[in-house]
Amino acid sequence: MIRVIDYGLGNISAFLNMYKRMNIEAAVARNADELRQGDKLILPGVGAFDHAMELLDGSGMRATLDELVTERKVPVLGICVGMQILARGSDEGTARGLGWIDGHVKAFRALERDLLLPHMGWNDVKPGPGSRLFAGLESDARFYFLHSFYFHCEREVDIAAVSHYGIDFGCAVHADNIYGVQFHPEKSHHFGAQLLKNFAEL
Amino acid sequence: MLRPRIIPCLLVHDGGLVKTVRFREPKYVGDPINAVKIFNEKEADELIVLDIDATAQRREPNFRLIAQFAAECRMPLCYGGGIKTAEQAKRIIGLGVEKVAISSAALDRPELIAEIAAEIGSQSVVVVLDVKKRSFGREPEVWTHNATRATGRGVTEVAQQAASLGAGEIVVNSIDEDGQMKGYDLGLAARVRAAVRLPMTVLGGAGSLADIGKLIETCGVVGASAGSFFVFKGPYRAVLISYPAQAQKEDLIRTALRPQH
Repeated sequence: MIRVIDYGLGNISAFLNMYKRMNIEAAVARNADELRQGDKLILPGVGAFDHAMELLDGSGMRATLDELVTERKVPVLGICVGMQILARGSDEGTARGLGWIDGHVKAFRALERDLLLPHMGWNDVKPGPGSRLFAGLESDARFYFLHSFYFHCEREVDIAAVSHYGIDFGCAVHADNIYGVQFHPEKSHHFGAQLLKNFAEL
Repeated sequence: MLRPRIIPCLLVHDGGLVKTVRFREPKYVGDPINAVKIFNEKEADELIVLDIDATAQRREPNFRLIAQFAAECRMPLCYGGGIKTAEQAKRIIGLGVEKVAISSAALDRPELIAEIAAEIGSQSVVVVLDVKKRSFGREPEVWTHNATRATGRGVTEVAQQAASLGAGEIVVNSIDEDGQMKGYDLGLAARVRAAVRLPMTVLGGAGSLADIGKLIETCGVVGASAGSFFVFKGPYRAVLISYPAQAQKEDLIRTALRPQH
């Protein structure tokens, strides 16, 4: 069963509603025991990087999450700030990230002063070849973005999809059992439903 | 390519969905949750829901109603009405809303913008400016409390202050054009576009897809929001919820963004 991690951030019910419509079993995880019942995990998140880490560390689930993901290789999908905290750290704050994917979160602002920020709205997403997360979304996929910081991967091979806003940036990451997307599949209509279905079927 | 957003704006009054003309004469047009379901099916880009009673009646946001909207809504949702503290904004985001809109509270106490941004991040803080024209070429003025109170302040200055305090988006709502369906106030839109480097959404006056096209031609990648256009049909304003099909939207955007000459 898919467990959506509720550590006080992000739209838990949106994920549960999406999966319910697709007849895929999903439930919330509010503690370590519930977390252990997941064979797939979704790590949502909105807002600031440090705030997300603080809440996750204080959720009583951090140690179990580390064990499930890094030792038992349970697939996890980070969303938005839930994706950013997969990195080692962020320009947005000083907290240490989970560090599961080699990279650092950077500010768009540093790139181009004229860019309208945040990056808000529907943008094209181009997946890398053979990505199972993006099966059926190889061409003409659009997702909803709402962010001012982006995940800079140290290893190009970890970039699962790119989007363009001022620069080409990695909008999805993947290494081993760890996945992350910067956009909001839970708010991206049929495109998002397809991606969440793909994750469930990995 | 980042696309302009085409955004239905739903007004909630006495628990029902209404549409106003120049912020008056709220006409009942249906059940708000049902409207959300229809916009889900039509795959709308985003949705704005404004509770027009909360501030006027000095009420807190209706958290139960917001939770219902958030649970039902499969597109990004911006909610406004009665938000006066960062704590309330945080609670609303926790219910599964992507963005919170503040208006009169941000005019009364601009620091609120910074306080909310610190809690939930700038990307989720929307400042709605209800704007009315002034005579003798003076700059359009920002009003609050459903267009019953003038602030005496010009729209450019208020928008720039909001941006500097950490707003993530400005919604410019023309009181004069509300419900008229004769087109956006493009001069107002261009004025605010030039004043701030934030995403901007324009509301008030859209009566056709062509009006939305003109706004995109004027402002580029912009949010084009409307109420009447998405809930009324025909000269007698029969209630019928609609939203352009994806192909129509793509055509409109491509044409509007085409470089001129």
